[in-house]
Amino acid sequence: MSGAGGVIETREPMLELDEIHVYYGNIAAVKGLSLTVYPGEIVTLIGSNGAGKSTTLRAISGLLPVRRGTMTFLGRQLNGVPDHEVVRRGIAHSPEGRRIFPRMTVDENLDMGAFLRKDKEAIAADREMILELFPRLRERLDQKAGTMSGGEQQMLAVGRAMMARPQLLLLDEPSMGLAPVLVDVIFETIVRIREQGTTVLLVEQNALAALDVADRAYVLESGSLKLHGPADELAEDPEIVKAYLGG
Amino acid sequence: MAATATSTAVPAAIDRKAVIQRYATHVILLGVAIWLGANLINSPSQFFSAGMVGLNLGMLYALIALGYTLVYGIIELINFAHGDLFMLGALFSGFLLTTVMGQEHAGVLGIVLLLVTIVGTMLFCGGINVALEFVAYRRLRRAPKLAPLITAVGMSFVLQFVGLKWNGSTPKQWPSVLPEGSFGVGKFQVDYSLLVVIAVTVPVLLLLRWVITSTRQGKAMRAVAQDQDAARLMGVSVNRTISFTFLIGGALAGTAGVMYQQVVGTTAYNLGYQLGLIAFVSAVLGGIGNIGGAVLGGLLIGLIQGFNDGLPFGFGQKWSQSVVFAILILLMVFKPEGLLGRPSTEKV
Ligand SMILES: Nc1ncnc2c1ncn2[C@@H]1O[C@H](COP(=O)(O)OP(=O)(O)OP(=O)(O)O)[C@@H](O)[C@H]1O
Ligand SMILES: [Mg+2]
Repeated sequence: MSGAGGVIETREPMLELDEIHVYYGNIAAVKGLSLTVYPGEIVTLIGSNGAGKSTTLRAISGLLPVRRGTMTFLGRQLNGVPDHEVVRRGIAHSPEGRRIFPRMTVDENLDMGAFLRKDKEAIAADREMILELFPRLRERLDQKAGTMSGGEQQMLAVGRAMMARPQLLLLDEPSMGLAPVLVDVIFETIVRIREQGTTVLLVEQNALAALDVADRAYVLESGSLKLHGPADELAEDPEIVKAYLGG
Repeated sequence: MAATATSTAVPAAIDRKAVIQRYATHVILLGVAIWLGANLINSPSQFFSAGMVGLNLGMLYALIALGYTLVYGIIELINFAHGDLFMLGALFSGFLLTTVMGQEHAGVLGIVLLLVTIVGTMLFCGGINVALEFVAYRRLRRAPKLAPLITAVGMSFVLQFVGLKWNGSTPKQWPSVLPEGSFGVGKFQVDYSLLVVIAVTVPVLLLLRWVITSTRQGKAMRAVAQDQDAARLMGVSVNRTISFTFLIGGALAGTAGVMYQQVVGTTAYNLGYQLGLIAFVSAVLGGIGNIGGAVLGGLLIGLIQGFNDGLPFGFGQKWSQSVVFAILILLMVFKPEGLLGRPSTEKV
């Protein structure tokens, strides 16, 4: 819990969740979570199945209402912003389970990622940059996305979210179902995405790899924050190692 | 469900089922081909004119079927009120063209005012459809599927009641501004009115295709149909997109309404029930939710009806509906997803 990097914390936070509560009907899935993401960081949110990680990302994206607590993004309140407006504010979300548009081609899926953008040339440049990151997608531009392999779909989901040119990228288990080689590719890509100036909030089952690339980490347990701190410290915390890193 | 059924069955059973299905489809097609061939040889001119009647009907069904399929494709609702919307379109067409603009004859002015009527009726029906969705279906979007379905049946009665008050309980005759007569060689005649119907329907369908494949709203429609939450994450307003879909579906029903009112020349308050049902069958035949399927299904059912009613070796008009439904049932047995539909095992 101690010393989450004093230098970083003097900056204005990009995203700030203050004691948020999120419900499914009457069941609380997230109970009073507070979390801060600073510009340029990779922050990871880890925790076991059902801890409320995806729920948190869905609340940030406006897909789920926040019942109590506040969310602030770039100094503006994020609660109650309609779901389709969140991406306009600068937050893109690559959801759990990929959720690509199966009957659209790869190209059309990427196009959908830039749905709200009007800057044609910048869109073309971003598309080119994404195809550089994922050469596999370039080979399959005209393929229907639903017929691609799971790993290819995952790359598409990440690429599609990047097409929005977000300031904050929410990634929900981007390595799920990927072969080890591809997992490495995905994590290398996350680092490169950050190098290009995009802040990343990363949800991962693969806690070891996530802690490896992240600056700071939050550990969630049944909807509440268990602990948080610099990623390298947490990676050595015996309790974390035992619970999440299979040590 | 089908997926588990086939995956647990022994391979031989799958093979036999597949063979029977393919075989049955071929037998049905062969039967139809023999029937058409016999008629063609027997009386080519009758065959031709029955085909023209069928084509006319088919375009009408296609336009209405599209409204069912678009709405189903995006919110999985069978909008039972859609046929009645078409009926209101037919009433509005007569009202606007004859009562308001006083046009009763063919001619250049007649055609111009017909175009005005088409645009007006498209807006009228599109507007009603958007209002229906906003007032009735929107708040039921998260309710169990049966709730919006029953509401749609209720809306069908509401629209029929409006039609009853507006049109009266007996059929009403209208003058037509379509050019009379026909052209062609000998007994092979094409009505001018059919040409007008084609000249309206084909551009409308091309426009629809362009809207869906190439415009932002069209892309939003496809995205919402495939994954609503993912569409939201892209910045698509789901509410606005659903409204747009109802607008388009309504406009197509309006176009069909004008065509019907002009070609047939009579309107009745219960028009939507029968034609709506057949158009719905067309949408199911083509594969509900599939846009090309709705057009194909509509044309096929129209042609089948035209041939059945007008050919010497047909069952005749009395059996028209029975033939249409018999075909639907046969197809549902052997190809439940419809001609161009996706197998139901594939989710969204
Ligand atoms: N649509 C839903 N309706 C009701 N409860 C839900 C729904 N989605 C999730 N939950 C519940 O909310 C809790 C948190 O779920 P969430 O998906 O956020 O977990 P998670 O941390 O992402 O888990 P995983 O690592 O398995 O993806 C779980 O107990 C889950 O059962
Ligand atoms: Mg999850």
